[in-house]
Amino acid sequence: MFVKPATEAVPARTKDQLRFITCGSVDDGKSTLIGRLLHDSKMIYHDQLTVLERDSIKHGSAGNDIDFALLVDGLEAEREQGITIDVAYRFFTTPRRSFMVADTPGHEQYTRNMATGASHAQLAIILIDARKGVMVQTRRHSFICSLLGIRHVVLAVNKIDLVAYNKECFDRIARGYLAFAAGLGFTSIVPIPISARYGDNVVDRSAHATWYDGPCLLEHLESIDIPSGTAGQAFRFPVQWVNRPNPDFRGYAGTVASGRISAGDEIVVAASGRTTRIKRIVTHDGDLVGAEAGDAVTITLEDEIDIGRGDILSRPDDRPKVADRFAAYVIWMDKEPLAPGRNYVLRIGSQTITGSITAIRHRIDVNTCEHLAAAMLSLNEIAFCDVATAMPAVFDPYDLNRKTGSFIFIDRYTNRTVGAGMIAFPLRRDNKNARQALSVDRRERAALKNQKPCVIWFTGLSGAGKTTIANLVDQKLCGMSRHTMLLDGDNLRHGLNADLGFSEADRVENIRRVGEVAKLMADSGLIVICSFISPSRDERDRVRGLVGKEEFIEVFVDTPIEECARRDPKGLYSKVKSGQIKNFTGMDSCYEAPTAPEIHLRTMEQTPEHSAEAVVDVLMARSILDG
Amino acid sequence: MCCRVCKSAVQWSLTSWTSLPLGRPFPPRIFPTLGWSHRTAKNSDPASKRRYMLPKHLRRLEAESIEIMRDVVAEFERPVMLYSIGKDSSVMLHIAIKAFYPAKLPFPLLHVDTTWKFREMISFRDATAKRLGLDLIVHINKEGIARGINPIDSGSALHTQVMKTDALKQALDLHGFDAAFGGARRDEEKSRAKERILSFRSAGHVWDPRNQRPELWSLFNTRIRQGETMRVFAMSNWTELDVWEYIMLEKIPVVPLYFAKQRPTVRRNGAMIMVDDKRLPLNCGETPEMRMIRFRTLGCYPLSGAIESDAMAIEDIVAEMQTATLSERQGRLIDVDEAASMEKKKREGYF
Repeated sequence: MFVKPATEAVPARTKDQLRFITCGSVDDGKSTLIGRLLHDSKMIYHDQLTVLERDSIKHGSAGNDIDFALLVDGLEAEREQGITIDVAYRFFTTPRRSFMVADTPGHEQYTRNMATGASHAQLAIILIDARKGVMVQTRRHSFICSLLGIRHVVLAVNKIDLVAYNKECFDRIARGYLAFAAGLGFTSIVPIPISARYGDNVVDRSAHATWYDGPCLLEHLESIDIPSGTAGQAFRFPVQWVNRPNPDFRGYAGTVASGRISAGDEIVVAASGRTTRIKRIVTHDGDLVGAEAGDAVTITLEDEIDIGRGDILSRPDDRPKVADRFAAYVIWMDKEPLAPGRNYVLRIGSQTITGSITAIRHRIDVNTCEHLAAAMLSLNEIAFCDVATAMPAVFDPYDLNRKTGSFIFIDRYTNRTVGAGMIAFPLRRDNKNARQALSVDRRERAALKNQKPCVIWFTGLSGAGKTTIANLVDQKLCGMSRHTMLLDGDNLRHGLNADLGFSEADRVENIRRVGEVAKLMADSGLIVICSFISPSRDERDRVRGLVGKEEFIEVFVDTPIEECARRDPKGLYSKVKSGQIKNFTGMDSCYEAPTAPEIHLRTMEQTPEHSAEAVVDVLMARSILDG
Repeated sequence: MCCRVCKSAVQWSLTSWTSLPLGRPFPPRIFPTLGWSHRTAKNSDPASKRRYMLPKHLRRLEAESIEIMRDVVAEFERPVMLYSIGKDSSVMLHIAIKAFYPAKLPFPLLHVDTTWKFREMISFRDATAKRLGLDLIVHINKEGIARGINPIDSGSALHTQVMKTDALKQALDLHGFDAAFGGARRDEEKSRAKERILSFRSAGHVWDPRNQRPELWSLFNTRIRQGETMRVFAMSNWTELDVWEYIMLEKIPVVPLYFAKQRPTVRRNGAMIMVDDKRLPLNCGETPEMRMIRFRTLGCYPLSGAIESDAMAIEDIVAEMQTATLSERQGRLIDVDEAASMEKKKREGYF
């Protein structure tokens, strides 16, 4: 038996991957083009072709020919309706490159799907029907590609056979497109006359359009040089996961988003301003001397500093922006419109932060690029907006870094992904005074007091007994000579938070301030006892994130609402019933009970005294009270 | 020339172009290829050489899969990795070990055993678990066994439904897993091509293909409510060829059934079935014939069609792949019932 030498099977080390998107409307022949690329590059297997032939007879629209569109329209509904609804990803390979194609629908009502496909692409093939020339949809597709940061375009002038392979026609379309696309920031635009149906200039040169001397489509896709990574840019390393297999190893796992770094280099944690040096770059295949954009590694540092998921490491002289206000382009993707002021969960890199749109500066008509006024944003609409986040986010402008400049909106109630954003610039230029790490640190302050600082956070309905129990805990700790401070919702609202009402935004701000104050106090070495209704899980989790998991103790004071209303210590429930108070937690405003509180107190089953003892017991068990 | 182009790309930034009138005169240049090599050419780290043993496209795929796995482990309470013993599972497991090194795998492996897997698969599974010190859970649908469900008498559809799909749902519920890694790839099949990397399942493990969460960049939406789960396809963007090239270059052990060998076979409905044990009833006058065969995909042995092949080493398989004319799913008897049968099975909770 003849065995081929091993070298033949090994792909060249330089073989890379190109991810591109095809844009075009139903009749432009987009799916046919992909089918043609797959077929002519021999990526369709015989058994798939057999199924295709059978399906072509059933659903096809290419007469007796094979309808390649059916190859990519994978969902039942798509085949029945003869349209592409969702993004489909297709793969083919040549000895030089492997390709991933995002095939997306071109209709205006599928703008979100196109944006999704474009977010993964380095290049776009924009299809134009040679008989029709540059149309409204061509402008739309080009605009979206440009917005999502695609810088390389192939203008595929399709159905050239239907204009008798006319050179003038092709030249006119190419000229028109170049003039239109001048302002879109593309670095390369390559027009190619093709016939997807007959294969001209797709993989093989056209025997008819002999006047065309440029590359065939596949040839161009194989040879175009697109900087694969962003290795030449500023170093960014978003921490995904803290790897702590044992007390001796603490590594930060993540993928280098841009730039490169070497062991020994100085880095800064963008949000905290702490600096240290890279100790090791660990991988399963052995330690590396350096890592660059695209490498998934685990980094260990010289000093033990507080770093968690969501932090971004950079070089001290080239830091990302840190701001809680920024301007961004937003694409809305949900049936329920975007409402300014409403809170969403934002995912920015590995950071998860609550945020909202504070203002829509203007909406952009995707067909004409005109700026329009808008009070809200509906499905598939795009706008330039101001965004506010509950705590500072770390980011770069999207046009400098697609990885650290992009974010998504998640609805807090349905958990659907409802929008996508591309950050343009920070609105508060607080970069100049990048955070300074303080020289006396919290550990030293706490050591002076002979205790471990923490934040004990009581949450529960109004009248649940939070403050009663919190006071008892405070007294007990004082009795044990511990340094404590009690923060109470009512007290703070008379002073620091006197400017805040009870709207959702104000409640978020209320808790944000309390969290910041609690953190400052914990940093000064105190055991901070907080008693706040704090109905939103997100806000509580944010404080948890702020303070640090190890030092945040969430105490759920669990009392049924009927019992709270019966107790009604402040007479609030009766005011709600008579309509004098609105937005009252548990009545017309929702309370999100903790799913995994550190301490769960059921007040119907035990006295406040017992509850307070239970809390102190947990503090002891966590050795917070060990001197 | 090149540098001028680079500069102009920066100038035409997000903030500037939207305010530009359309059709503003701009020298219509065509840049077929740009020489950006001066930015990326130099990589003189000698100790990083090992990393460069893999071709760029495989390095990118590996890093992407690692990123997905780390994200899921950071965001979910109880992840699990579905381990089907096949080549894709082998690669997925290999990458997971890389992703969390030096820590041990932070999740268990789950094998849904239909009791009709090839014997060599089971011994490979147990050897792998032992070799790598894995936390392996094996789940069998006992109810299905009690009802006598099997691929021969019950038919492939019912067998798959009860012993694979239902069994998987049982196991996920039993252990309260909220995220399950699977090795499925988008190039395998049409409806898979539309699947998200993080694919949401409502309570009851139902997939709604028309109502999937948009998935942009590598920003995954990991939020679910109680009872809802996520299927995670960390190898979505790999192709069959990528998988084999990676196995070859990383020297990953796979089940010997992938390599050609003389094995006892019978022909059934145009497929070649290996007689793995005595449970396969032979038709009157039918005797197993020894043939040089191997498998491109592995499943329940009475439902897995073999191909005739001489490929005895991975290099041969990769070479064979490059000239293959049939898809890897050709051997799977459970997919051909109807064009959209995979979509249908997936809606019901099949992986």
